[in-house]
Amino acid sequence: MSTEVQDIQAAGDGAERRLNMIEAINDALDIMLERDPDVIVMGEDVGYFGGVFRCTAGLQQKYGKTRVFDTPISECGIIGVAVGMGAYGLRPVPEIQFADYIYPGLDQLVSEAARLRYRSATEYIAPMTVRSPFGGGIFGGQTHSQSPEALFTHVSGLKTVIPSTPYDAKGLLISCIEDNDPVIFFEPKRIYNGPFSGFYDKPAEPWKRHPQSAVPEGYYKIPLGKARTVSEGEALTVLAYGTMVHVAESVCREKGVDAEILDLRTLVPLDIEAIEESVKKTGRCLIVHEATRTSGFGAELSALVTERCFYHLEAPVERVTGFDTPYPHSLEWAYFPGPIRIGEAIDKLLSE
Amino acid sequence: MADRPDADREAGANKPALRLHVPEPKFRPGDAVDFSHVPISEPGKQPRPDEACDARETEGLCYDLIRVLGDDDRAHGPWDPKLDPDTLRTMLGHFALVRAFDERMFRGQRQGKTSFYMKCTGEEATSVSAAMALASDDMVFPSYRQQGVLIARGYDLVEMINQIYSNKGDKLKGRQLPIMYSSREHSFFSISGNLATQTPQAVGWAMASAIKGDSRIAATWVGEGSTAEGDFHSACTFATVYNAPVILNVINNQWAISSFSGFAGSERTTFAARALGYGLAGLRVDGNDALAVYATQRWAANRARANAGPTLIEYFTYRAEGHSTSDDPSGYRSAQEREEWPLGDPVMRLKNHLIALGEWDEDRQAEMDRETAERVKAATKEAEKNGILGHGMHQPFRTMFEDVFEELPWNLKEQAEQATRERLIKFNGGRPQ
Repeated sequence: MSTEVQDIQAAGDGAERRLNMIEAINDALDIMLERDPDVIVMGEDVGYFGGVFRCTAGLQQKYGKTRVFDTPISECGIIGVAVGMGAYGLRPVPEIQFADYIYPGLDQLVSEAARLRYRSATEYIAPMTVRSPFGGGIFGGQTHSQSPEALFTHVSGLKTVIPSTPYDAKGLLISCIEDNDPVIFFEPKRIYNGPFSGFYDKPAEPWKRHPQSAVPEGYYKIPLGKARTVSEGEALTVLAYGTMVHVAESVCREKGVDAEILDLRTLVPLDIEAIEESVKKTGRCLIVHEATRTSGFGAELSALVTERCFYHLEAPVERVTGFDTPYPHSLEWAYFPGPIRIGEAIDKLLSE
Repeated sequence: MADRPDADREAGANKPALRLHVPEPKFRPGDAVDFSHVPISEPGKQPRPDEACDARETEGLCYDLIRVLGDDDRAHGPWDPKLDPDTLRTMLGHFALVRAFDERMFRGQRQGKTSFYMKCTGEEATSVSAAMALASDDMVFPSYRQQGVLIARGYDLVEMINQIYSNKGDKLKGRQLPIMYSSREHSFFSISGNLATQTPQAVGWAMASAIKGDSRIAATWVGEGSTAEGDFHSACTFATVYNAPVILNVINNQWAISSFSGFAGSERTTFAARALGYGLAGLRVDGNDALAVYATQRWAANRARANAGPTLIEYFTYRAEGHSTSDDPSGYRSAQEREEWPLGDPVMRLKNHLIALGEWDEDRQAEMDRETAERVKAATKEAEKNGILGHGMHQPFRTMFEDVFEELPWNLKEQAEQATRERLIKFNGGRPQ
């Protein structure tokens, strides 16, 4: 939290506003549409209506129908068309309305966008930022709650980025749009309107009262591949991203655990140095993500930590994740890796 | 059988039993071939609507077959593009070069110089004539049998062969399967092995061109078998929704490896008629008629360039050879089919047309064929100086890790170091064998 405030001050232009994540994303898109005439925003309902989550509100009115437009309900088409636009020289920012719907476009992402630079030996590239809300906690049932990030981290040539604060969302999204590689930008929709403690029966705190929602005016970037130290600590390292950063932070605070929490921010490229340094310092590592457990990104993180920090570890690496089931509508909070699951894992880690 | 909800009732009582239809081609190996069921339209009889017409005006042309060259080797009707003899001779020269190139590369594969090759014998017009009807900077998104586009655009043969041999001259760094060329300089998009993926990409490129107020259009080629892919239908939807300046060419060569066109739906309708449901202009064309191919591609290009809309063209042709060097068509189709194909051979038909015009003769043809063969042979020898597939590793190991991302991330740096260490151990002091 203190690093956030310092970052903002370092941005230097003085002006800042308290935005929620939706407004911060809108702000980033607005700035990039203004700065670069090759930036195009498209997706289902993103134009006149401004997106079902309102992330693109007002942009079509400001930049016109050929810069910000609605598309047919065809994820394969949206992403395939974006590949062609990227090859032309544009920087499309397609929206997939929910991450759960990304699968019809998977081949265009995996076989085409991700490999175009490689297979053409840089003759053609596919610079695009696929924005998509992901994760559960809003009673979306199994088709509006998935966390498919691990699928994309397995694909050579794609970058996977997940913000956890409005400040990061804006700075990271600007970096993604300027990046010459295809990027998947997953937006944790549970925290669009405010940070979430994981205690589902407690009211969510609105971003407006939260220091991490202080967003500078204008253009700034957060580099891809750099984790954020949410809190410094000695007892254990927590690796998390998106919504789970806030849940882990809240649990550690409630339990009074001196945890070093790293918000990974980008899964590919991954800040391996920050992870290694922290785990070697604390000797204990807890990985938290909302996606199902088996072959989740936590498995990769666990393997990396074990390979690189084994002789510094005081206890086996722990993973807290969703269960290996689809996201059940009525049992959503039983599925969600909340404070109880995280608390037990911390107790286990610290008792070793 | 799955349990029926009303289990007490006898299955199908008093109702006709349902039957699944599985398409079957008319001829299998050993069968005598009779193509009389294929309706062949009379050349010159198909109307040529205005290029800016409403898409619905092309409905009849989605079921007919646009033809120009008649049995008398003359051009007929409103689709005659009236090309001058020099252009026709240039086209014939490209045909000859494609055929000679295919012949030599096929042999090269059999000699072990490369792993794979795909001939386009019988389909030359669908790429050469189409490419000649486009502007040289119109962007093409090809499938895997459009070598004729590169030839027509003057791409260097040695570069093509370097790619096929994956040798040290291969500018794609040995990463792509042979024939999966890419040439930005020739506005030729990188070929993908995943079918039909290039169709929405072409539409996206065309949309981008329109967004930027450019004047260039896009064209894409897809086999009739791959029109079953979702990508093709997404492409049609986007093309019509945004009135994209794009041409969607469907090459109906009757066979998708061993699956005949019936498995892509040809028993019920034509591929050109796919256009109708989307509100695209559609044309069904004799793909072995060089003049008809040129004329229709030019019609669609003019239409796109004038913001009058996208066009779906079915080029009705025949895949005279196997699918690739890995395919043996004698295992699934009658060997007679190729000779009996009622629309003839595009090269012979164009040659005979030029002769009928008094602009060509057999001696000049023989001379051209000889020169072309020599040219391809010389290019092959030149390319072989850069190596052939399997004779050593032509690309430095580090290139394996380059271009995955714009910048090399830590994990790829580590893996590149590992590959270098392994090279020292495995490959005789680091020298490729």
